[in-house]
Amino acid sequence: MAVTPRRVGTAARAARLAQRQGALVVLVVLCLVAAGAFDTFATSGNLTNIAVQASFLAVIALGMTFVIFTGGIDLSVGSVFALGGVLAAYASQYGTLAALALPLAVCGAIGLVQGLIIARGGLEPFIVTLAGLLFARGLLLLVTDSGRNTYDVPVGSAFREIAQGSILGVRHPIWIVVVLYAVGTLVLHRTSYGPTVLAIGGQRDAAELMGLPVARARVLTYVASALLAGSAGVMIASYTSSGVPIIGIGTELQAIAAVVLGGTLLTGGAGTVLGTLVGVLLLQVIANVINQLSLAQAWQAVVQGTILLGVVVAQRYLARAERR
Amino acid sequence: MPQSPVVDPVVRPVAEPVVEVAGLTKSFGGVHALRGVDLTLLPGRIHALVGENGAGKSTLIKVLTGVHTADAGTLRLGGEPIAFTRPADAQAAGISTVYQEVNLVPLLSVAQNVFLGREPRRFGLVDTGAVRRRARELVARLGIDVDVDAQLGRLGLGVQQMVALARAVSVDARVVIMDEPTSSLEPREVETLFGVARTLAASGVAIVFVSHRLGELFALCDDVTVLRDGRTVHAGPMAELDRVGLVSRMLGRAVEDVQRRGATEFGESHARGGAGVQPVLEVSGVSVRNRLHDVSFSVRPGEVVGLGGLLGSGRSETVKAVYGDLPTTAAAVSVEGRPVRTGSVSKALAAGLALLSEDRKAEGIIPDLSVRDNIALAVLPRLSRAGVVSDARIDAVVEVFVRRLQIKASSPRQKVRELSGGNQQKVLLARWLATEPKVFLLDEPTRGIDVGAKREVQSLIDELAAQGLAVVLISSEMEELVEGSDRVVVLRDGHVGAELDGDGLTTSALLSALAGGGQPVGEPPVGNPPAAEVASRG
Amino acid sequence: MAELSTPTPSASAPAAAPAEPGPEPRPRRRLDGEWLRRYGVYVALGLLVAINLVITPNFLTVSNLRLQLVQVSPVLIVALGMAMVIGTGGIDLSVGAVIALSATLIPLYIGYGPLVAILVALAVGVATGALAGTVVARVGVQPIVATLALLVGLRGVANLAGDRIRPIRDPFLRGLGTGTLLGVPYVVVAAVVATVVVWFVLGRTTTGRQLVAVGGNLRAAALAGLPVKRVLTSVYVASGLLAAVAGVLLAARLQAVNSASLGQLAELSAITAVVVGGTPLTGGQVRVLGTVAGALLLQLLSSTLIAQGQSDAVTQLVQAVIVVAAVYVQFGSRRTR
Repeated sequence: MAVTPRRVGTAARAARLAQRQGALVVLVVLCLVAAGAFDTFATSGNLTNIAVQASFLAVIALGMTFVIFTGGIDLSVGSVFALGGVLAAYASQYGTLAALALPLAVCGAIGLVQGLIIARGGLEPFIVTLAGLLFARGLLLLVTDSGRNTYDVPVGSAFREIAQGSILGVRHPIWIVVVLYAVGTLVLHRTSYGPTVLAIGGQRDAAELMGLPVARARVLTYVASALLAGSAGVMIASYTSSGVPIIGIGTELQAIAAVVLGGTLLTGGAGTVLGTLVGVLLLQVIANVINQLSLAQAWQAVVQGTILLGVVVAQRYLARAERR
Repeated sequence: MPQSPVVDPVVRPVAEPVVEVAGLTKSFGGVHALRGVDLTLLPGRIHALVGENGAGKSTLIKVLTGVHTADAGTLRLGGEPIAFTRPADAQAAGISTVYQEVNLVPLLSVAQNVFLGREPRRFGLVDTGAVRRRARELVARLGIDVDVDAQLGRLGLGVQQMVALARAVSVDARVVIMDEPTSSLEPREVETLFGVARTLAASGVAIVFVSHRLGELFALCDDVTVLRDGRTVHAGPMAELDRVGLVSRMLGRAVEDVQRRGATEFGESHARGGAGVQPVLEVSGVSVRNRLHDVSFSVRPGEVVGLGGLLGSGRSETVKAVYGDLPTTAAAVSVEGRPVRTGSVSKALAAGLALLSEDRKAEGIIPDLSVRDNIALAVLPRLSRAGVVSDARIDAVVEVFVRRLQIKASSPRQKVRELSGGNQQKVLLARWLATEPKVFLLDEPTRGIDVGAKREVQSLIDELAAQGLAVVLISSEMEELVEGSDRVVVLRDGHVGAELDGDGLTTSALLSALAGGGQPVGEPPVGNPPAAEVASRG
Repeated sequence: MAELSTPTPSASAPAAAPAEPGPEPRPRRRLDGEWLRRYGVYVALGLLVAINLVITPNFLTVSNLRLQLVQVSPVLIVALGMAMVIGTGGIDLSVGAVIALSATLIPLYIGYGPLVAILVALAVGVATGALAGTVVARVGVQPIVATLALLVGLRGVANLAGDRIRPIRDPFLRGLGTGTLLGVPYVVVAAVVATVVVWFVLGRTTTGRQLVAVGGNLRAAALAGLPVKRVLTSVYVASGLLAAVAGVLLAARLQAVNSASLGQLAELSAITAVVVGGTPLTGGQVRVLGTVAGALLLQLLSSTLIAQGQSDAVTQLVQAVIVVAAVYVQFGSRRTR
């Protein structure tokens, strides 16, 4: 008996390739064009700068990737990111360990509550994490006296090293991203959690019928997302040596955009971890090019919004083409 | 040509049943889905589980797989009483299921799918080497020729279904339930699947096989249990039944003829004018990919044409295609001689077609809207001036229909979700009648409604036909079809299999038409094409 | 809107019993959940008013009430549009950005006269709504993503157009922002008019009735020949237009536009007001009066907390809890069905 692979037309194959690798192609082309157009682009200083700037979003987007794999969404990450940063800067006066433990404990708790309400209570992720956004932002304002306080990391604190140091000439944030994405890839492919998450997003009923631990995996995903967002906050607090209350507004949107650009379907069930990293880099390179062009900062948002809309519209048409 | 394994009279009584179900009952909010079901599964045998809609098949399967818990009755596995509270329990006990829709993850590889959730590990991480090796061994054992590294979604549905089977077996299953595994497979894939199922049975696994295709049942299964209205009405070796015998047990009809009058409210034949009158609806050559093949029929004014067929024969698909709700590969539909563009509901509506869908909840009522708004839904633009609805005109229309159909609601403003099923159905009938249709397509108009409402709906259909409306009636109930229709077009696996009218329209004639037109009984037809092709002919 | 004109559902409950024993189960336990879902917001609002009468000095003064109403009006106007979108089972995250964009255009076009400036602002709201609606209804993109992309992009466009804070010096707009009609500020009048119009559209027009049908059962609506795509598109247009109206009113009241901060998180306030007002996120019902009460409740809540010396922070924490509680009440009452 012969395997009968489904007949795949050229158009469908091209559609699938565009869906998977579209962001990578755009990224490479953009980098080549930028390298040709600006002398200052392809310098090690500028490239390092892009990578470090992208690292915070990259860490947040990693968590968002898994959330979207399950077919959910986490709107709270921007607020949790900012909260994590402020708590880290606040706690850094009590030592580096405290500066790590406090934000991760609080952010993890927020993720746990959100995950429990979503997975056990059965409420929509959208509305729960929207409330989470408000809640974390409120907590942040409470801690910072309505944003009037900015905590500084004490001079000479080892905490500053976390994001400011470097190993083998490569800055710490870049290492952190490399390690986290390696772990993320490992988790997706080499643990049963990874396929479970994809199964939940693909067809939750099926996942339950297969006897998979659906609720537990969903809770875990929201905890991971909040922990990663909090970690990004820790990183930025270390990097800027302070806890800035006004960051993270709209960061959830950028994280979602990066995930979608990376080829992950918003309906869940499919995607890659590394694609998200490509999406993050694409957003950051766009920002860098806009800087190089001396255009207003606002162009970033315009271009990002346009690209996001373009990509989701294209995804719909590509999905239709592939089905044919 | 695959043959049914010969029943071995020596082995059968000796083998201990692996599953014994006795007196199982289950109800959902007062509706009895199971009223006492018995089922005995023997190791190494393929057991057909058959029944029409609402017979209780899927509920029984869900109890066996731990999705539902039974209200009463016993379930024994290997002689020990057992109860499952969740799907994982049933799987741990060795009962695996392959569902109609492939319940796997399309973007993962074959090997990943087979072991999803219970991967072999090394050092805490998934041992991908072992996953692939063991998957390869498993598919080889089952005789499935597939690359275990291939992404599942790229494979044909038949292969996917076999991977699902491999997954089911990978847990050392003692029982494998196959719930309509063939419904979307190509003929050749069906054949392959059967081969795998036989290999599996030969290794001592008990298999439950659910299918609506009679040919498949006779080709594959050793034993059969027939459910009807939540009860086991027949159990025994497959070879003891012929096609007509099986169908008559499914439908609850004795093989001898039934009185043509009395079981329903339908009156005498209502077709007026006879053959000379121009048909109001003409359907020719309607085809829907993999579902319908060249279906043609016509309906004259005042005529009720029944569409008969077993579940899955394409009845609902036919009316949906005519109504423009299903994309067709070929179709010519005309109303009063004017062609109607298919594929557009609004064009069909404008041409004077109306469709009462069989799924009242999903495709009919809008639960949170009032009776009034539900009735007026399709005619809102007609009852509006410059986009502003006229409540007076709506009330007038609604009042007429509430009275005419005797819709029992506290007021026209009561939410439809609060009404009984029969009254909801009347609301939907009113919605369509308000559009003043020329042709009314009725898909199971009396299903799931109480006896009183049923009689009212039946006499309404008579009345409408008497007023000259052309009616297409789909019903799973033989009496309703035979007594309510002037003619019955019988569909089998998407083809028009027979047409019965006049004196030829009797329950026994319908029964044998449904079963496949008096084919030799109990045996698959001879020669080429093999089992799969048999299946598609039903 | 049947549920608005018959505010006594309990009265109809006994008669709801079927005349004959139908074979379908009919839920009976849902009265409590349903009641809470429908009237909870009014009870909460009443309680909050009562508490304020006791603890807040000068609560029942004309100037205080006027202030509360002026502050709630833009939120309410946006929430009305949001309620219609949610009624179809969708969501519109772009409203905050639309507010900013429309308001930003006012000082740019004020040179052509206030009416032209206002018309341009409103036209932009309609255009962005049409874009969102098209992407959702025709292309089939999930509403949350489509409007998210617009949120990001339109905020960028607003920041481009208004690269700095621009004052508005126009007597007509100042009149609109600060003037009163028979003692009622124009801003409040606008909110009342918007409420009445939305109420009329939902209750009396073909599109409005079709809207709740589409949200209640899309499949059934399509089979009944309803213009599903047109209805879906039109709710996003309405939402965009109402957001633009709010933008114009805010520009007129504040006499200056900061494109970066105006309308920030307005989508959250609007969604909260709608949800708290008892409109289910799943679509199929729109509670206009509930939305009004929801917006008032949130406004009064934050002003009460601030009057009690609490910060914005506490207000946000309380709001977060209220949103989850409101959705939970809805969900709980749904599940018993």
